[in-house]
Amino acid sequence: MSPSQKKWDVSKIQEWPPEKHEAGAVIPEAGNAVNYQTGGWRGERPVRDADKCTQCLFCYFYCPDTSVIVEDKKVVGFDLEHCKGCGICAAECPADAIVMCTETDFEQNGGNE
Amino acid sequence: MTPPTAQTQRPIEAVTGNQAVAYAMKQINPDVVAAYPITPQTDVVQNFAEYVADGVVKANFVTVESEHSAMSACIGSASSGARTMTATSSAGFALMWEMVYIAASMRAPIVMTTVNRALSGPINIHCDHSDTMGGRDAGWVQIYNEDAQEAYDATIMGFPIAEHPDVRLPLMNMYDGFIISGAIGPLQSLTDEEVQQFVGQAPGYPSLLDFDNHVTFGPFDGLHGWYFEHKVNQQRAMDNALAVIQDVYDRFAALSGRRYQHLMQYRMEDADIAIVVIGSAAGNARSVADKLRAEGVKAGVIKVRTFRPFPAAQYAKALAGVKAVGIMDRADSFGAAGGPLYMDVTSALYQQGVYTKAANFIYGLGGRDIFPHNIEEAFRVLQKAAEGGDLPKSRVYLNMKGA
Repeated sequence: MSPSQKKWDVSKIQEWPPEKHEAGAVIPEAGNAVNYQTGGWRGERPVRDADKCTQCLFCYFYCPDTSVIVEDKKVVGFDLEHCKGCGICAAECPADAIVMCTETDFEQNGGNE
Repeated sequence: MTPPTAQTQRPIEAVTGNQAVAYAMKQINPDVVAAYPITPQTDVVQNFAEYVADGVVKANFVTVESEHSAMSACIGSASSGARTMTATSSAGFALMWEMVYIAASMRAPIVMTTVNRALSGPINIHCDHSDTMGGRDAGWVQIYNEDAQEAYDATIMGFPIAEHPDVRLPLMNMYDGFIISGAIGPLQSLTDEEVQQFVGQAPGYPSLLDFDNHVTFGPFDGLHGWYFEHKVNQQRAMDNALAVIQDVYDRFAALSGRRYQHLMQYRMEDADIAIVVIGSAAGNARSVADKLRAEGVKAGVIKVRTFRPFPAAQYAKALAGVKAVGIMDRADSFGAAGGPLYMDVTSALYQQGVYTKAANFIYGLGGRDIFPHNIEEAFRVLQKAAEGGDLPKSRVYLNMKGA
C-alpha cells in the first residue's frame, strides 16, 4: 500500500468552527514542522563573509535549527524563515567569517550585508 | 422478589476491590499496561503483574520509574492505537498531574483505576477523595464506585465509553482506598468471552504507527492557534459522554443484570430530606435513611456515580421536590464556598432554577471513620431546615475530634 499523503487543506482554517478541527489537535500529516516559520523570532541575523569562509561546515553542524543551507558540500546561505538568530554559527566559526547583525542595522543599511 | 436469572445464579467469589479490578483488566486483556510498581501504587498492579508472569494476558507491561512516566507511556501507547490501561492512587496520581491533562487534551482513551486515598500532609495514606477531586477539571470521565462489584463493572465498561467516537476521552474509575480496595467483598464476575464481546474491538483512531497515514500528535499551537477551539471540543465530548455512558450502563445491565444510572437514587420518590454521597459511605447513608423512614421521616439518598461529566439537570430534577439536601464531601476545596461535590450540586440546582436548601458536610478525611450516627446527625440538621429552620452556611464537620 502506498502512503496516502493527501495534502491537508487548511486554506480557510481561520474560519473553521471547533468541530472541523481534528480531535486532540492531531494533524493528519507528518513532517510539517517546516511549515512553522520561526524566523520572526530573530533579533539578529548571521552575515557570512564568503572570502573568509573556508567551507569547514562547522556552522552547518552546530546550527540547532538546520538553517544553514548547503549545496554541493558548500555553505551557500541561511534559511532565514527558520533561523532564530541564536548566533551559535558565528560563535563556532573558526575563520570568523560569520558576524551577527541586528535586524534594525540590517534594515537601516538598505538590506545590504 | 424477582425470579432468579442467569445473572443472579452466577457464583459469588470473595475478593478485594483491587483483586476485582485486576481480574477485570485480565479479562479485558489490553495491549499495554504502564504503571509505577511501588507504593503509593496499590496491588491492582501487583495482581495484574502476576497475570503477566503467568502468561495469561498479552499486555506489554511497562514498569516505569514514576507516575509521571507511567502516564507519559500510556499517552504514547494510546496514540499508537494500543488499548492502554494503568492504575494509581493518592500521591501517585498527584505526580501524574501534568500528563493527566495532556492525556485528555490529546484525546487518548486510556482507562485508569484510581484508588481514592489522601494527599499529605500530615502524612496519611488512608481513604479520602482528595486525589481524584483535584483531577476533576482535567478532562477525564470520572466514575465513582461504591464496592468491589461496581469497580469491576466500571472497569469493564471503561473502553466502550472512552473509545466511543462521540467521546474519545480518557476514563478514570475510582473506589475507596482500604475500605474497598483492601477489604474483601462479594463479586459476581462475567466470563472472559462475555467481557471480550462487551468490550469489542478498538476503533481505528489515528495512530503514530500507521505508516500509510502519517499523523502528528501533540503539536505546538502557539499564540494565534486553536487551543481555544480544542478546549471547546473537549467540553463537547463531555456533553456527548452523558448519553454514551448511560447507553453503556444499559447495555451492561442487559448482560449482567446490574443496572446503573449517573446518580443512584434510594427512596427519593417522596423524600423531604436527602443526602448526596460518594463511594463506600453510601451504604451507611441508605441504612440510616431506612431507620429514619421507620420513624416516619421521609429521608432519601443519592449516590454519585458519574461525576465527570456532571449530570446537572438530573440532580436538579431529583432534588426539586426535596426541602433540604445535605451534600457530603470526603475532600475539601480550601477557600471555596464548600467541598467539590457541594459546589457541583449547588451550581447544578442554581443553573436549573431549583432553590432547594443545601448544606455541606465534610467527613472521612484521611480515613476518619464515618459511623451511622454521624450520618444521622447530618439528617437531623436537614430535618430542622425542612421544618422551616435555617441551614448552616459554612461546612459542617462530621466526626471531628473535639467537636
